[in-house]
Amino acid sequence: MGQPEQKTTGIFEYKNSSILERKPESISKIMLRKYMKNKLAVFSAIILLLIISAAIFAPIIAPYDPSEQHLLEALSPPGEKYLLGTDDLGRDTLTRLLYGAQVSLIVGFTSVAGSIFIGTVVGAIAGYFGGLIDAILMRFVDVIISFPSLFLLITLVTIFEPSLMTLISVFALFGWTGTARLVRGEFLSLRSREFVLAAKTMGIRSWRIIFSHILPNAMGPIVVSATLGIGGVILAETALSYLGLGIQPPKPSWGNMLQSAQSLKIMIEAWWFTLFPGLMILITVLSFNFVGDGLRDAFDPKINE
Amino acid sequence: MITYIVRRIMMAIPLLFGITILSFGIIQIAPGDPTALMIDPMIRDKDLVAYKELYGLNDPIYVQYLKWVGNMIQGNFGDSLIRQGVAVNELIMARLPNTLLLMLVSTILAIFISIPIGIISATKQNSLADYTFTFFSFLGIATPNFWIGLVLIMFLSVHLGWFPTGGVATLNEPFSIWDRIHHLILPSIVLATADVAGLTRYIRSSMLDVLKQDFIRTARAKGFKQKKVVYKHALRNGLIPVITIFGLMLPSFIGGSVVVEKIFGWPGIGMLFFDAAFQRDYPVIMAITVIASALVVIGNLLADILYAIFDPRIEY
Repeated sequence: MGQPEQKTTGIFEYKNSSILERKPESISKIMLRKYMKNKLAVFSAIILLLIISAAIFAPIIAPYDPSEQHLLEALSPPGEKYLLGTDDLGRDTLTRLLYGAQVSLIVGFTSVAGSIFIGTVVGAIAGYFGGLIDAILMRFVDVIISFPSLFLLITLVTIFEPSLMTLISVFALFGWTGTARLVRGEFLSLRSREFVLAAKTMGIRSWRIIFSHILPNAMGPIVVSATLGIGGVILAETALSYLGLGIQPPKPSWGNMLQSAQSLKIMIEAWWFTLFPGLMILITVLSFNFVGDGLRDAFDPKINE
Repeated sequence: MITYIVRRIMMAIPLLFGITILSFGIIQIAPGDPTALMIDPMIRDKDLVAYKELYGLNDPIYVQYLKWVGNMIQGNFGDSLIRQGVAVNELIMARLPNTLLLMLVSTILAIFISIPIGIISATKQNSLADYTFTFFSFLGIATPNFWIGLVLIMFLSVHLGWFPTGGVATLNEPFSIWDRIHHLILPSIVLATADVAGLTRYIRSSMLDVLKQDFIRTARAKGFKQKKVVYKHALRNGLIPVITIFGLMLPSFIGGSVVVEKIFGWPGIGMLFFDAAFQRDYPVIMAITVIASALVVIGNLLADILYAIFDPRIEY
């Protein structure tokens, strides 16, 4: 509009050609560029992708069957035949680590998806409506947060028989409180902004304002808390499985692979038995944490590139 | 100040009631009848009814709940289902000193390790030392506690023989302080690691915030030495937010003790809870869950009150 007239003077010509006509960069592009500058976060994302693909393609790349026992070669040290050694029943450690990755990742992703969903809905309702609803929901959150979670997990898992489904539901049903507090905070600050007032004035229904107007603006912190949450769930799952309250053998999980690590024979002769599952947990959780940190910085407009 | 403390305590009471309701509710949804565990399956129906009457299992649920809470307030947690005739109180009191000792020592350990590290990281921001500490604290946060325990036992106890592999004292030997300390070292280190990793991060960022403030610049401008500025002016203010963090870390700390006690065969509350969970000894499970959560609530209450005492800017 009105561009031909503006072009008559030199200054306008300059402005038009180089600054005003340049398309503003999209937010996702800016975030991607910020993320890519964080070397550690990029490296961790690559590691995670490798672990995820290793878990998906475990049946193809694993050298053995996860429950195949070679009793005569029990506790073989890492070597050509068994890359990372064998366990006390002669099962290949590498194979079991690959299949264990499936379990840890499935538990991590699905239970966090569940807890993020519950936490977002509760936090959004509490933050948007405020008042009595907010007070009741937040006191409920306070109660759940006051329980030392491991006590709660152990109680529930023993009540409902330990299994993959029990683990996932327990993590999802009791892991949402942090997200709820976070989303509530976001909604409290967003609900009085002009665009929400505008939507209200136009008579748009509450649930639509919540989910299609406010929620997209609160996605950043939610994604970050989901990423960091997966690491936390994997740590809890491995601890429970180690204690015999999680994934049950013979199905391998990084936690239950360590169940007999405390036998004296293994402690003296088979360092690889204890070392590798722990390293896998450490590397995976560390990568999720670094990716989460990288995302947090990328989403934060206050942090400059 | 007094009104603040009273108000804060009043807020904790409904929380405690919420905790008892949730603990009670969880056990109620458990499939199966609690009597099934302790009664002879050949029992006659008439006796079963009398038995249920005796234990109040025929009452409506809310009556059962109120009775349970009423007894609990008087300090009576009922009898163990598995070890019949033994009061839950007795079981807990026998184990409590061990757990308190372990927690106290590892808390002190965590504070004495993380404060200096946090200060060094903050005063020498972006130095090699800062990066090293940051690296190790990220590692500490991402490493499962039980695995650190396993690795330490494997190397330090089994291979090098420096420490016992578990227990509170050497069996069949007269009591000696050194023996007790010797047994305490590894479990308290393992329990402290998770806290140290988190605390150093918080102390570092809190100190960084304080060191940027005007009064620190004023102190420097007055010619105070770096040591005095950091330890006398900054540290006092830098540690205030850490009080709250300490309260928030309490649940995972108490939960962590279950795992550590299990690995080191440390006969404390955590092990009692673990065994009770495996045997579905509900009265013990419920008692420990309620006590642990109450400890968390009280811990956070204390943290808030301490915060108000140390930070006069807080309005009551």
